[in-house]
Amino acid sequence: MGNYETYKYDVVVVGGGGAGLRAAIAVAETNPALKVALVSKVYPMRSHTVSAEGGAAAVIKENDSFDEHCSDTILGSDWLADQDAVELFVKEAPSEMIQLEHWGCPWSREPNGKVAVRPFGGMKIERTWFAADKTGFHMLHTLYQTSLKYDNVTHFDEWFATKVLVENGRCQGITALELRSGQIRVIAGKAVIICTGGAGRVFPFTTNGAIKTGDGMVMAYRAGVALKDMEFVQYHPTGLPGTGILITEAARGEGGILVNKDGYRYLQDYDLGKPLEVTDSRHPVKKTMELGPRDRLSLAFMKEVEKGRTLSGAYGEYVHLDLRHLGEKKVDKKIPFVRELSTKYAGIDPVYEPIPVRPVVHYMMGGVDTDIDGAASMPGLFAAGEAACVSINGANRLGSNSLTELLVFGAIAGRAAARFATEHPELDLTALQKQGADEQERIAKNFIRKDGGYERVATLRQEMTRTMESGAGIYRSETSLKETCNKLAELRGRFSNILIEDRSLSFNTELTSALELDLMLDVAQAIAHSALARTESRGSHQRTDYPDRNDEKFLKHSLAFRTDGAPRIEYKDVIITRWPPAERVYGR
Amino acid sequence: MEKTMKLEIFRYRPDQEDQPRFQTYEVPFREDWVVLDAINYIKDEIDGTLSYRWSCRMGVCGSCGMMVNGIPKLTCATFLKDYYPDKIRVEPLTGFPVQRDLVIVMDDFIHKLREIKPWIIRREGEEKPIEGGEYLQTPAELEQYKQYSMCINCMLCYAACPVYALDNTFVGPAAIALAQRYNMDSRDQGRDQRQEIIASHEGIWECTFVGECSVVCPKAVDPAGAIQRSKVSSTIDWYKEVLIPWGGKKR
Repeated sequence: MGNYETYKYDVVVVGGGGAGLRAAIAVAETNPALKVALVSKVYPMRSHTVSAEGGAAAVIKENDSFDEHCSDTILGSDWLADQDAVELFVKEAPSEMIQLEHWGCPWSREPNGKVAVRPFGGMKIERTWFAADKTGFHMLHTLYQTSLKYDNVTHFDEWFATKVLVENGRCQGITALELRSGQIRVIAGKAVIICTGGAGRVFPFTTNGAIKTGDGMVMAYRAGVALKDMEFVQYHPTGLPGTGILITEAARGEGGILVNKDGYRYLQDYDLGKPLEVTDSRHPVKKTMELGPRDRLSLAFMKEVEKGRTLSGAYGEYVHLDLRHLGEKKVDKKIPFVRELSTKYAGIDPVYEPIPVRPVVHYMMGGVDTDIDGAASMPGLFAAGEAACVSINGANRLGSNSLTELLVFGAIAGRAAARFATEHPELDLTALQKQGADEQERIAKNFIRKDGGYERVATLRQEMTRTMESGAGIYRSETSLKETCNKLAELRGRFSNILIEDRSLSFNTELTSALELDLMLDVAQAIAHSALARTESRGSHQRTDYPDRNDEKFLKHSLAFRTDGAPRIEYKDVIITRWPPAERVYGR
Repeated sequence: MEKTMKLEIFRYRPDQEDQPRFQTYEVPFREDWVVLDAINYIKDEIDGTLSYRWSCRMGVCGSCGMMVNGIPKLTCATFLKDYYPDKIRVEPLTGFPVQRDLVIVMDDFIHKLREIKPWIIRREGEEKPIEGGEYLQTPAELEQYKQYSMCINCMLCYAACPVYALDNTFVGPAAIALAQRYNMDSRDQGRDQRQEIIASHEGIWECTFVGECSVVCPKAVDPAGAIQRSKVSSTIDWYKEVLIPWGGKKR
């Protein structure tokens, strides 16, 4: 595969979505003398932040307070969030959001010119900033375009990071595959920040784009860092059947209702409060019914399926999200993308017909175990955004906290990495180059020059996603999880016979698909084994054989460490500051 | 029998082949499939060597632009049923060098994007501190530029632009629309800096107002409109400077 080159930077950011861009800008602003490499496997504006729709939470209105945002987030997390991290997050959120406003984000406004907010699930007070229903898109483009202004940020677009390089006990850079040339390069850095997002693609039915394969999580995992709370996978209650395209929670924030096949607002049967008429001026009531948290709404759907009260279609069971009472004017002003997506991909104009929806894998609460500064246990390695687990989301993230999280903790991790890079100026370049050559050899030997492979990437991937859904989906049990763990071990074995037909070096996406599958198998194992070990039900992790929360044993974060066989699962305490665990009550 | 459809796809691997060629694949026809679904089916089930870009499959990441029967399209938003039972021809976007198969080289656009300074520019000393809160912007002020902020950088407008096809020094529709997006933003004070690029010979004057860019735009950004508005304001600048020098101080 030819020669390799070494690039030398102060801070290497892996991932060009919201968290990565915010981190890169934070480094650049902290010290303009620091050189930043922003490495992304796609052009940054393709990153999956682009698909976020509903909004980003931050306390800014007079009727709101930091404590309210904290307590909503902690209740939403089923007490698994670290409360010191939540307090920091909530306190930093408004200034980060204002910063983004100053950078040009086109937030929706009130008539007087102030930023407008909307209600969101699990939030007691409306505090969700929005740019119509393309909030993530606008945030991402604002951050990307702003990042272009910093001369000390160099973009490595379409470079696929493959490995975190550790020398002398600390992280000193990465290797990456330059897609255009097919060459592996070393990008040395005194600090590395992982911002590669989640891994929804380990499941068959997800809102996540094709690129969300957990790359950075596994890079850290393979360097010996724990993946924290991986069993907590969020199902968003309203995806389009078939495609999994997200219909934003903002549709319910604006007053949309969920009904079963009888037209009945079934959420009232699941301890989420009583419905008000949609014509009642107090509808929708925050933190009740359709504005309950996502885990509870997705569970309610499953119960409705069991009761035979859902509708059946070509892509399985579904319910209706009814927006008709909102009227055309409100739909077009507040949630135009919902109308565009439903019309185009489901053939349903929500102004006139209810939208078919069902729960869909949306977000990983878990990720790279970091402290409150975004620092991982490996010196010099940091993580932020969905790839990281700080943790503010615990067992269930509240809608509109993740966009804010990538700003707050992207910036924090960026500043911390800048400090670390300044304090650790030396790089073991010779050793790094050796590692680069080894990595190049690994990719060549196992993939691009490999002979005799016969397992197709797509086949293994489909078997992986299928077993994740059947064994580690919304409801899990010891039996189902063990089956999934066994299947994943089998797939890991078969992966060594992977077939690569494409021998071209130029933009070889068969190679990148195989690399992604390799990484996803690690993520899937971390999820399934963490879920098997947690014998309780909490937030998004629901065990049919252990239906109750068990604080005595499991008010703890799980930590999955990679081994050659099954991951080793350990635990560490949750940090509780001011909100002691209590019953998780909505709607009463 | 299952209905099928044929896709004729442009193939080119620069390190292995001298010449591009077309390869025909037969895929199942499904009512709700988009062209991208058919291409993914080929990649997964028939031929793993086909390269193309895609991610969100919901029309917002801008990766999957290709020529479909000669027209620039987002393949995740282009349905097979609109072509069935005819064969579909899929090629990389025109007007760009081809990296491999359906993957174009878009370095030129990325360079131009930076050139037009797509960020809020404030005059020295007029930046608002974070503690000062947000800049006020009324819904009407937001409407002034909102449309131009909807661009997903999918490159369809460049593929459709007859000027860019002949002369790639032309800044082009999406970049000009983006410059206009910041120029029209009430928070911005950087129009003069951007106009140096936009009003130069490579800029708006080359546009012959064919309007193809706005026709193919999947997000109704109307780059042609942005170019026209930019021409008008540049002309006004010129009149102000030359004819009424005392009033010609640009804002």
